[in-house]
Amino acid sequence: MANTTATTAPARKAKPGTGAVAISGRRRRYNVLTRRDKILLALMVGIPLALDIILIWGPTVASIFFSFTNWDGIGGIEAKNIVGLKNYQFMFTGYTLFWPAFTHNVIWLLWLTFVATPLGMLFAVLLDRDIRGSRIYQSVFYLPVVLSLVVIGFIWELQYFPTDGFINNALGLVKSGHIIDWLGDSRINLYAILGAASWRHIGYIMILYLAGLKSVDPSLREAARVDGATEVQTFFNVVFPVMAPINVVIVVITAIESLRAFDIAFIINQGKNGLELLSILITNNSISEASLVGFGSAIAVVLLLISLVPIVTFLTRVMRTSQ
Amino acid sequence: MSAVAVAAAPSRSVRKKRPIRPARVALHAFLIAMVVVWLFPLAWATYISLRPLSDTIQHGYVSLPSNGLSLVNYQSAWTQADLPYYYLNTLVVVIPGVALTLLLASMVAFCCTQFSWKFNLTVLMIFIAGNLLPAQVIIIPLYFIYLHTPIANLGSIEVGNFSFALFSDNNLLYDQYIGVILIHVVFQTGFATFVLSNYMKTITREITESALVDGANVLRIWWSVILPLCRPALAAMATLLFTFIYNDFFWALILISTGAKRPITSALNNLQGEFVANFNVITSAAILACLPPIIVYILLQKQFIAGLTLGSTKG
Repeated sequence: MANTTATTAPARKAKPGTGAVAISGRRRRYNVLTRRDKILLALMVGIPLALDIILIWGPTVASIFFSFTNWDGIGGIEAKNIVGLKNYQFMFTGYTLFWPAFTHNVIWLLWLTFVATPLGMLFAVLLDRDIRGSRIYQSVFYLPVVLSLVVIGFIWELQYFPTDGFINNALGLVKSGHIIDWLGDSRINLYAILGAASWRHIGYIMILYLAGLKSVDPSLREAARVDGATEVQTFFNVVFPVMAPINVVIVVITAIESLRAFDIAFIINQGKNGLELLSILITNNSISEASLVGFGSAIAVVLLLISLVPIVTFLTRVMRTSQ
Repeated sequence: MSAVAVAAAPSRSVRKKRPIRPARVALHAFLIAMVVVWLFPLAWATYISLRPLSDTIQHGYVSLPSNGLSLVNYQSAWTQADLPYYYLNTLVVVIPGVALTLLLASMVAFCCTQFSWKFNLTVLMIFIAGNLLPAQVIIIPLYFIYLHTPIANLGSIEVGNFSFALFSDNNLLYDQYIGVILIHVVFQTGFATFVLSNYMKTITREITESALVDGANVLRIWWSVILPLCRPALAAMATLLFTFIYNDFFWALILISTGAKRPITSALNNLQGEFVANFNVITSAAILACLPPIIVYILLQKQFIAGLTLGSTKG
């Protein structure tokens, strides 16, 4: 239900009919709402909203504030703790891990956007046709999505171990002595864990895209076929443009997943030696290993600013559809 | 869904009668190859988990079993690594987490879709945007909120060597089940509100209106009129939230410091240090840890996918 534009179209169409009633009914409803109802409604929205603001938006603002201080988490924050842009200055110029981590996040984003996401879309397009066993294929490709990234990390370590891993043995590298240290070599380990992350991401994108494909009006494809378009042409010239809204959602989801990346890198080596990520630098600097609260917050602010791009994109889309 | 399914049904039966085409064969060959690639890492992990340590030390991981396979690693994971205990930790986080998220989210969605307020859209935006923020953006201040919020200590429930603190056993939110539950609920409420309000938009407001005219109060309408109508969406959300919260690593890693209080997913990370020389046991533990979501997925696949697509394709 309601998962596709096609299915909601009838519901939307039904609305104008009842719309006139609803508009005249709206005025009546406010009379029907007793004071008690209004208080109840205010509480029903107010309690969750207050929690959201206290525990999510409050900390977001606090992160920005902390980033201008050199607070170490002990005692209060006094005027002398305020250091202006010093944290940012050090982050961009003196801190050797920032730019590597930033680059790794960018690589993560590019990889998911241009390798994993298109593969997920390809799977969806292939499975959208009436082929035997489509359901079974879908279930298999989706399976890694229900696993936690911790478990995915462990499972892939068994593939990537230098001498005991399956990949090096299968490639005959152990016998020939040219062992590749997939997870230990800082030039390649990021790509190794991206392989594991893609294993999960592809299935996720596939399911989302399949739902979108199901919502494409079949008569469009029929018309293209009658006009003699090949399947590939039909996809790129007819289906893909129609799916613009879901394409946006998928790009947004991919971007957010890339910025959130934390678990696999943390499991493999706590995000060190080639696996530095912004998210991990934040916790390492201010909670787990050091107590540079102000400095860690400055990294958090950078992550926040980058995240705002996909978030605002998504919100704009929500606004447009609900108007 | 139904309209599309009906439209597709006739063409499907027609197509099945077509002769076998080489393109189809190639497609299946490709898909089957991909299935092998997809299942192999799991199958391999299962294989390693079934091999005794002595066997793999002698012959390496990539070898055929010399003394057969056994469940001995599972036994060690279950008893030495205290897995049942960690399952219980997960349970006390996941169940209230899912239930409270659904309650709060359905309330907000109800108020924002069944009534016209000025700030409907703004409220929805605050929830959605909050859910999209990377957790690490808020973790530092959240950590200090948790360290400095006093919480009543109302004693604990003891089950064997497991102790579940009612509210708090250190008078803080930090290092408490309730703290982890709280952040899960608040964070996931954003997503669940978005999905449920997409669903509730399709319920006509006349239902609420006529119930109001009949004298029901809004709480009653929410609970006994609207929620029953949302059963499919609630079921879909419940399965999805179950796996989200079950699979969480980050919140429990940062907000719980006592290893014995960690839910199973984050406890696995500690096992890595504990059984450093025995990856076979770690693998068994990992497989045991991921069984519940896999079982839920297999049993409730439809709900699962409905939940995901409800949240993404619309909105």
